[in-house]
Amino acid sequence: MSRRVRIATTSLAGCFGCHTSFLDMDERLLRLAGQVELDRSPLTDRKQIRHCDIGLIEGGLCNSENIELLRRFRACCTTLVALGACAVNGGIPALRNRYTLEECLREAYLEGAGIENPQIPDDPELPRLLENIHPIHELVTVDYSLPGCPPPADAIWALLQDLIAGREPVPPLELIRYD
Amino acid sequence: MMQGAAPVGESWITGLAATCGGDATALLPILHEAQERFAYIPRAVMQQIARTLSLPLAQVEAVVEFYHFFSSQPRGRYDIFFSSCVIDRLRGGDESARLLCERLRVTPGGSRADGVVSVRHTSCTGMCDQGPALLVNGHAIAGLDRERSEQMASLIERRIPLREWPRGLFRIAGNIRRSGPLLSGEIPPGAALQRALSLGRKGLLERLERSGLRGRGGAGFPTALKWRACREAPGEHYVVCNADEGEPGTFKDRELLRRHAHAVFEGMTLAAWVIGARRGFLYLRGEYRFLLQHLEQVLAERRGMGLLGERIGGGRDFGFDITIRLGAGAYICGEESALLESLQGNLPRPRNRPPYPVTHGLFGQPTVVNNVESFAAAAHIALNGDRWLTARGTEHSRGSKLLSISGDCARPGIYEFAFGTPLEEILDACGARDLLGVQMGGPSGNWITPAEFQRSLAFEDLSSAGALMVFGRERDLLEIVHGFSRFFAHESCGFCTPCRVGTGLQARLVEKLCLGRGCDRDLERLRSLGELMSATSHCGLGQSAPNPVLTTLAAEPQRYRKRLNSTAFTPDFQPLRELRSCGRRE
Amino acid sequence: MNGPTFTIDGRSVPFTEGQSIIQAAREAGIYIPHLCYHPEFRPHGSCRLCVVEAGGRSVPACSTPAVAGQQVRNRTERLDRMRRTLVELLFVEGNHFCPACPKSGNCKLQAVGYWLRMLDTPFPYLFPRRELDASHHDVLLDRDRCIFCELCVRASREVDRKNLFAIGGKGTRCRLLVNSPDGRLGSSGLSLGDRALQVCPTGALLPRKGAFHVPVGRRLYDGRSIAESDE
Ligand SMILES: Cc1cc2nc3c(=O)[nH]c(=O)nc-3n(C[C@H](O)[C@H](O)[C@H](O)COP(=O)(O)O)c2cc1C
Ligand code: SF4
Ligand code: SF4
Ligand code: SF4
Repeated sequence: MSRRVRIATTSLAGCFGCHTSFLDMDERLLRLAGQVELDRSPLTDRKQIRHCDIGLIEGGLCNSENIELLRRFRACCTTLVALGACAVNGGIPALRNRYTLEECLREAYLEGAGIENPQIPDDPELPRLLENIHPIHELVTVDYSLPGCPPPADAIWALLQDLIAGREPVPPLELIRYD
Repeated sequence: MMQGAAPVGESWITGLAATCGGDATALLPILHEAQERFAYIPRAVMQQIARTLSLPLAQVEAVVEFYHFFSSQPRGRYDIFFSSCVIDRLRGGDESARLLCERLRVTPGGSRADGVVSVRHTSCTGMCDQGPALLVNGHAIAGLDRERSEQMASLIERRIPLREWPRGLFRIAGNIRRSGPLLSGEIPPGAALQRALSLGRKGLLERLERSGLRGRGGAGFPTALKWRACREAPGEHYVVCNADEGEPGTFKDRELLRRHAHAVFEGMTLAAWVIGARRGFLYLRGEYRFLLQHLEQVLAERRGMGLLGERIGGGRDFGFDITIRLGAGAYICGEESALLESLQGNLPRPRNRPPYPVTHGLFGQPTVVNNVESFAAAAHIALNGDRWLTARGTEHSRGSKLLSISGDCARPGIYEFAFGTPLEEILDACGARDLLGVQMGGPSGNWITPAEFQRSLAFEDLSSAGALMVFGRERDLLEIVHGFSRFFAHESCGFCTPCRVGTGLQARLVEKLCLGRGCDRDLERLRSLGELMSATSHCGLGQSAPNPVLTTLAAEPQRYRKRLNSTAFTPDFQPLRELRSCGRRE
Repeated sequence: MNGPTFTIDGRSVPFTEGQSIIQAAREAGIYIPHLCYHPEFRPHGSCRLCVVEAGGRSVPACSTPAVAGQQVRNRTERLDRMRRTLVELLFVEGNHFCPACPKSGNCKLQAVGYWLRMLDTPFPYLFPRRELDASHHDVLLDRDRCIFCELCVRASREVDRKNLFAIGGKGTRCRLLVNSPDGRLGSSGLSLGDRALQVCPTGALLPRKGAFHVPVGRRLYDGRSIAESDE
């Protein structure tokens, strides 16, 4: 392969833990840098996405911006990967699905303990919220998933090496985890 | 007396328990009484029932939660259940439900604030030949047109007690359209029994065996084999008649019980005599409560004639009696082992098999469970010889079969046809023309397209426990399948994973297709889910729940394709509908 | 040894009359995935994970008797695929947020998911709203994680002799009921030593103290699969 594999990453309703785990690949990041070119990603701070070979999505869907961004990634990436528990099944943010959005906002901004100046943020710049958190496969086609909160760096490494080499990724049993 | 009712005296329940047998089998009848009395079953009453019957409270609670016609929350004084059967809906069920709800100012699924009315939906009520139908406090009202809806609304608004409503409202038509040996034959009470006594037990079993009678409840198991195996098993024996008739589109047992109850009871008595049972049960679906009085009366007559009770037929060694138990709205109770659990006061969940009921049935004792029609046919064979059955039918399916025909045809009702009759002939007889297809055997059966109408009624060809649902060309196949899939999601008992979760997902995916939001992936998901459910489900319900989807998908893929969204992938939720602008009022 | 035998994936397995396929398999050291089966209790047959092929049909190994000479198939691609889907369905119908669950690492549902290489599911999550019961001093009942295996029901009835649990409801509205006057765990008489608590394969019934005490890496299924540590 002459061109380096182009990768984009993003975090939707996630905590950047998966990105941190990505960085946990440590010195292997240097080898990766030789294999891939990072496109749009919080790690590059590039704001526009070009056509990419691989898109790594951290986090599920909680608002209109997530929806747009995920669709954009899907349109631009040949292979889309759900990276981590939140992208795969909603994860911790989806704990809020047992309440209505209204209840959550009231608790967070009006009635919870220690709130000063209670008010629900209503700046028109803010993205609109989804009534429920959704895993990303409910909105777009997902090619591969890597569960874990976060997925171990070794698992991310193994997955990327498989994808870069054009192999069907088969995660080693000991690297599959949901927590 | 309604909401917040003071718990009744313990004596009321002990009294009831005593009349119902005093053991766990009394649970269902006591719950019926309590539901009727309070319009729900208060926890305090559950506690007393549990104490009286020596059952864990959680078991009583579980049973109350399971059955559709019991409720742990107050319901209206007039508690209405609309039939959500696909056929009732073809006949305008939704429209009449809407009208009645409007008149009564109540939303389906809810109760009116004053506690007078509550409205819900229930599965098929067994009135597809005269729908749309509903139940009010457990009593069936069919042919629900505008006029009847208005009439009901007015009776309810004037708080007229149900027992003072015009009898005509509760009239259920017979709709017997074509009779054969079973429907036109008469058995003078006791005649078959007398013949059997002269034949001897072995003689009767041989006669039954020669006739080749196979069970009419669906599986087609040879009846003689069942009776013989049960007879040979050691223990205290029981006879159970399965009158649950819960498969949507089936209502033939309704008329057998109404017109030929003697024959059915005689068949049960024969079985009891052969296997050595002293007790029998007829498990009647709750929707057929209107038959209860009549059936009790026939039982009383038979006791009077010495055909039930001690020393039947003058013999010293033969005593047998029959108790009727009323179901409470759960399709799974038609599955024989769930039915037995229900009788025992347990959650009606199908048992692991083996062992089978013939050796480990009611209370773990040898039990014969047969369909209503099977018992009636057995009585005829006992009286008239095996030729009565073998004169008709095919090699593997002897005799005739009752069909409940409903849907888009000129003459819905009950038809008796010889096995081997081609479907076209049957459809001709009921006046069905220009069809999209038929659903043979109800939702758990198969979709048959016009190209297959030359196939014939038989266990080895088109098998049906009694339902034949007819759909005209103008009908929407996906809506039909949607109705069926909702039925299964509603009726899954929840015991096993593939059916509990699978039926729910299946209904959701079919709904998505109906809304025109489906994509190829949804068809794939339906197929793999269907394969899983039929291969791994614990009982017949889950195993057959994907049938309507799988058979229509195989036979009519283009009807599905036409409804797919043009995009390759469609989401599982509607993002625009779910977006909220927080803080700001929308 | 000349008792009856049958085969599992071609391997000869001895059994005694009346044993189920899974019992004989266990004695021979062959793992057949399961969740609701437990050797101490009568087979239940609800999870369906132990589905095997025998006599041309798919049957549950826990409640199907072994038959001499029969050829049973356990590890086929089709069976493992169906099992994986069954586990997916269990995840989809509940609320399993493993990162926040004290049972994580010791959970059979999770471990069998790993073993079957379940990474995700094509199905939408149902996110049910189920009632949490925190009324007991020592034990939490988190119905979000209940898979209706009825192990607690059986253990409480047969071992603890307290009969504290039952499954109520129907279909996806099933829920675990507590057999106490107010229906809550606090007044049920459940104690920490109850077998019912120990056999729960998931984090539905959990001791409140001791959560997250065992460090990651030393939990039951860290570093060894459920097939290796099967009880
Ligand atoms: C979900 C389900 C529902 C059933 N419903 C009925 C029913 O309503 N009536 C009936 O006779 N058999 C029903 N059956 C079949 C019974 O389990 C049983 O096979 C039958 O009652 C045996 O009687 P037979 O041999 O006379 O047919 C049902 C089976 C299943 C799996
Ligand atoms: S298949 Fe469905 S109805 Fe039958 S046991 Fe399983 S959940 Fe219950
Ligand atoms: S019970 Fe098991 S599968 Fe469920 S959240 Fe806890 S660890 Fe995960
Ligand atoms: S609480 Fe645990 S043991 Fe009990 S049914 Fe639920 S998952 Fe099984």
